[in-house]
Amino acid sequence: MPRWDVEVVDVNNLIPSHLLRKELEGFPQLSEMDVVRHFTRLSQWNYGVDSGFYPLGSCTMKYNPKINEEVAGMKGFAHIHPYQPESLVQGILKLMVELGGFLSEITGMDQATLQPAAGAHGELTGMMMIRAVLQARGEKRKRVLVPDTAHGTNCSTSTVASYQVVEIKSNERGVIPPRKVEELMDEEVAGIMVTNPNTLGFFEEHLAEIAEIVHRKGGFVYCDGANLNALMGIVKLGDLGVDMVHLNLHKTFSTPHGGGGPGAGPLAVKRELAPFLPVPVIEKEGETYRLNYDRSQSIGRMKAFYGNFGVILKAYAYILSMGAEGLKRASEMAVLNANYLMKGLKGSYHLPYDRPCMHECVFTDRYQEKHHVSTLDIAKRLIDYGFHPPTIYFPLVVKGALMMEPTETEGKEELDRFIETMMAIAKEAEENPDLLRQAPTKVKVRRLDEILAARKPKLKWIPNK
Amino acid sequence: MEDYLRYIPHTQEDVREMLEAVGVRSIEDLFGSIPKEQRLSKPLDLPGPLSEPDLIRHVQGLESPILTSFIGGGAYHHFIPAVVSHLASRSEFYTAYTPYQPEISQGTLQAIFEYQTLMCQLTGMEVSNASMYDGASSLAEAVLMAHRITGRKKILVSEAIHPEYRKVIQTYIDPEEQEVVLIPYLKKEGRTNEKALAQFLDQDVSAVIIQSPNFFGVIEDLKNIGEGVHKAGGLMIICFSEAIAYGILKPPGEMGADIVAGEGQSLGIPLSFGGPYLGIFTTNEKFIRNMPGRLVGETVDLEGKRGFVLTLATREQHIRREKATSNICTNEGLCALMATVYLSCLGKKGLRELALMNLSKAEYAKKVASRIKGCRLTFSSPTFNEFVMEIEGDPEKVLERLRREGIVGGLPLARFYPKLNRHLLVTVTEMNARQEIDRWAEVLEKALR
Repeated sequence: MPRWDVEVVDVNNLIPSHLLRKELEGFPQLSEMDVVRHFTRLSQWNYGVDSGFYPLGSCTMKYNPKINEEVAGMKGFAHIHPYQPESLVQGILKLMVELGGFLSEITGMDQATLQPAAGAHGELTGMMMIRAVLQARGEKRKRVLVPDTAHGTNCSTSTVASYQVVEIKSNERGVIPPRKVEELMDEEVAGIMVTNPNTLGFFEEHLAEIAEIVHRKGGFVYCDGANLNALMGIVKLGDLGVDMVHLNLHKTFSTPHGGGGPGAGPLAVKRELAPFLPVPVIEKEGETYRLNYDRSQSIGRMKAFYGNFGVILKAYAYILSMGAEGLKRASEMAVLNANYLMKGLKGSYHLPYDRPCMHECVFTDRYQEKHHVSTLDIAKRLIDYGFHPPTIYFPLVVKGALMMEPTETEGKEELDRFIETMMAIAKEAEENPDLLRQAPTKVKVRRLDEILAARKPKLKWIPNK
Repeated sequence: MEDYLRYIPHTQEDVREMLEAVGVRSIEDLFGSIPKEQRLSKPLDLPGPLSEPDLIRHVQGLESPILTSFIGGGAYHHFIPAVVSHLASRSEFYTAYTPYQPEISQGTLQAIFEYQTLMCQLTGMEVSNASMYDGASSLAEAVLMAHRITGRKKILVSEAIHPEYRKVIQTYIDPEEQEVVLIPYLKKEGRTNEKALAQFLDQDVSAVIIQSPNFFGVIEDLKNIGEGVHKAGGLMIICFSEAIAYGILKPPGEMGADIVAGEGQSLGIPLSFGGPYLGIFTTNEKFIRNMPGRLVGETVDLEGKRGFVLTLATREQHIRREKATSNICTNEGLCALMATVYLSCLGKKGLRELALMNLSKAEYAKKVASRIKGCRLTFSSPTFNEFVMEIEGDPEKVLERLRREGIVGGLPLARFYPKLNRHLLVTVTEMNARQEIDRWAEVLEKALR
């Protein structure tokens, strides 16, 4: 607390007493060292990318470069107020315009907004823009097509944007069959939400054809860019007929996930959709950047101010560090790693779609079922070996799924270690399945009673009276 | 070695061996499922790669100057104890994903549990979620939640809430399902006009939204409003953008709030040109199952040991898909951690004293401003750490004059309230030394002469 250099006011003279509180009941009162020890201990009960291999499918848990944290902490960024006059934030505005340009270039789009705070927020921005475009055309459509491999957010986003979800079944190759889209697509369908590569780790090979079908009936193609890590410099989604795509900067562009955020979910769109982007839009007039709030067709605002700038900075630093060749190399190595992992585990674990993958691969517990061992047991046993488990029981189309995404920042040695461990676990499942069922035993807590937590919710600390 | 390879460990030898193991001849063959004609034939048009020192030099050129500042309006310049960034920089916290595997996420989970506890205490409510994106989107989610609960159509929104929050509500609602009715503020007092509000209170009202302290810094009198809303069967949503005020103000929970949506940036989170911030969301137990966002709950493990898990997830998108209460997934976990550390450091006495200091400094600034010729305080109601004043002169010119002296002197309100075209919102926090306030007043006086 800075020193007192003005007179202390008497609160009771200024504010009516019925608007004042007595004390902050229950609030802690600790020494700084108590606080430091407490949170240091908590951190030791956690596992991050810096702790070890984190093959969480569809989450792209790649290394988070430290320099990016330093850039975000630089005073001329971290201490800048969002309402600081435009003339004093020209560098910041320039940086944001440049990042929007980079993201558009990577995805084959024309313009991007950095306002959405997370992937799902980007999705909502996109779906509201689609609603607005259709409205401007005097159309009201009711439904959105979503494949059965989609992230849960695609479905809930559609609902929040007032659309009904129509599920499309993926085919035996794990991709969307154009024929199904043709059947379902009509003038009441606003569009389709596609994840490419999808959550099974496959490139939606018919996307261009699907986009044509959707466009023919006046609909739009929304792409969930959560899995873009497979495609940088390899293919541009815009070339495949995608109209808009959000990017998870906290996945593909290496910004840390923070134990559940903050992320950032910029949305890049094709030219025709740009008038509907949220305000403000940063524009360049001559040599000056300015915030334009006056755009009659804009959907409005998705949050206060301009986006998660601290996160945006880290992604900007990452893209500059990597350059075009570095990003392409990242995608190449991400795909190589996933295929190497798939090859190494095939035989020990059941592979429901036996074909080369992109950035992630999906196994199941089918071979282990006969020993009464489940995906959950396998995941928990991995914890005892010091690894973070893969995504489990997702995508929903695969029963007992183990979805693994190694990312490009892991080397061959680490992948070999993981493969050996997974094989050892498969063997344990046969010989001593209890080791898996009892796992984990080597960390802070054993398996937790989630049913109790839900049945008798205890959502805060209540002091003993 | 290419600089970008610092993040990609594969040697040429590794790549060769791995390709062989996979059974393909080249890296290009890995992308066989992408139709050939769709693959890019030329490199992306991007700058870089830059080495670390070159990157630093480049971004230094983009930094903004730091001036003495008197602006707030939803984002506040407060002191952040060194402990906050030190602890939040522990990479076990910040490089973790959402705590889906509770056994190795007890740190994140317990911290969120503590955050939920502190938010309930701060706002006087019974339950808190694990955070939303920011104050504005949290408020928009509160509006959607009220609609789910009441099934009613009308939302009465005070004109004195943050104008950007109002815009976000407008974007989030479906105009066929809900409509916003703006409730004016009293021109002299700067508070929401209770009488005008009462006229609109009927059986169609889903919720009433009041911010306190409001956008003008004015402390609203909420008690009567709450009673009126409840009588009409609607919900009372209270929002705020300056959390520090609740170090002295009666918590919304004791003023009849059903849902509280607030901005937590003031609690140890840097300004960062507008984000990432912290959306606070609290409510009462009877509404738990309608809440958006994640919740952490206490439970026990196999051996009866205390532990924490994500709970009541059947409201959430990854389980309920299109039937979820919200589409939110990633939230602002690390910012919630920062707020938890911040409040633990300040403690109950510290937060109270800090609030008192903000109030005292703002009162001091009001006093010196009111003595300046051509400068008049606009509203008579009590304020917290910001206030509105009208000046005789073009605000932009006056502000430009202050800027030349290294001072960002206030926020012109014309963009938000066209009628307040000669008005500035002036914010004073503990970061503004008395000398700075005096200097601000001195230059202001000269500019108005």
